[in-house]
Amino acid sequence: MSDWQTFFAMGGYAAYVWPAYAISVFALLALGIVSWREMKRSERLARLSETPDRKPQKSFTLS
Amino acid sequence: MLAYANPQRFLRLARALTPWFLGAGVVLAVIGLFLALFVAPADYQQGDAARIMYVHVPAAWMSLFVYGCMAISSAVAFIWKHPLADIAAKASAPIGCVFTALALVTGMLWGQPMWGAWWVWDARLTSVLILFFLYLGYIVLWGAIEEPTRAARILALVGAINIPIIHFSVEWWNTLHQGATVFRTDGPAISSSMLAPLLVMAVAYNVLYVALLLIRMRMEVSERRLRTVRLGLEAAPA
Repeated sequence: MSDWQTFFAMGGYAAYVWPAYAISVFALLALGIVSWREMKRSERLARLSETPDRKPQKSFTLS
Repeated sequence: MLAYANPQRFLRLARALTPWFLGAGVVLAVIGLFLALFVAPADYQQGDAARIMYVHVPAAWMSLFVYGCMAISSAVAFIWKHPLADIAAKASAPIGCVFTALALVTGMLWGQPMWGAWWVWDARLTSVLILFFLYLGYIVLWGAIEEPTRAARILALVGAINIPIIHFSVEWWNTLHQGATVFRTDGPAISSSMLAPLLVMAVAYNVLYVALLLIRMRMEVSERRLRTVRLGLEAAPA
């Protein structure tokens, strides 16, 4: 076995080690992306609704 | 400290800090993962399965730490009526919930090869499962009723009883889960070659928590501003 094959085999525990790392990275990444998008969206909506030269009703069709 | 009760001032600070915490958290996590997978030795008993520790233990620590922050914020909201305290508590809940879920899932992935079972109803696992449901209940509460501020604070504070129970569960009851190896009165009982990657991962998770908290608090402040504008329009339609 090559060095990399040994590494990925994780001493026979590959089926447990890799999913544990994968789900950790995936979950934190997903939470970060979802939170960032929602934050940008609500900051944009708040800015729009507070802009006085806009007709206020327009910005509420989004909700 | 009270100066930052002003949402405008908080928003300015949060906007400036978010990229730094996000960047530092990602860099630390990459270093931590490298140390955990390439540098740390395999355990003499558990072999490479012990590497699950580097994602399991920091997630479990964060599940307690974030709940502690939530409970303290709720207490601050009660006592000083600090306007950002409820926002901090509400913003923390989904982050803590994800850390708790990660602790449970990575724990199951570690339990199966080591104990021969994905799940056992021992005191540690059961109390962490209760913590997970406390987070879920808290999140559902915010979504379910209008302005549940008071109820949410009470839930966060009452649920905090579970935090010492989780920590001491491995001493108070006979558990399959191993005892504390780092936070011990006689110092950490773990080799420094394993402690270093563990601590880097723990710091990374803490920094990422701050980054996520800032992002979610910004989101919450904007949502409240939007609600205030809407309420004003309802009261005095154009």
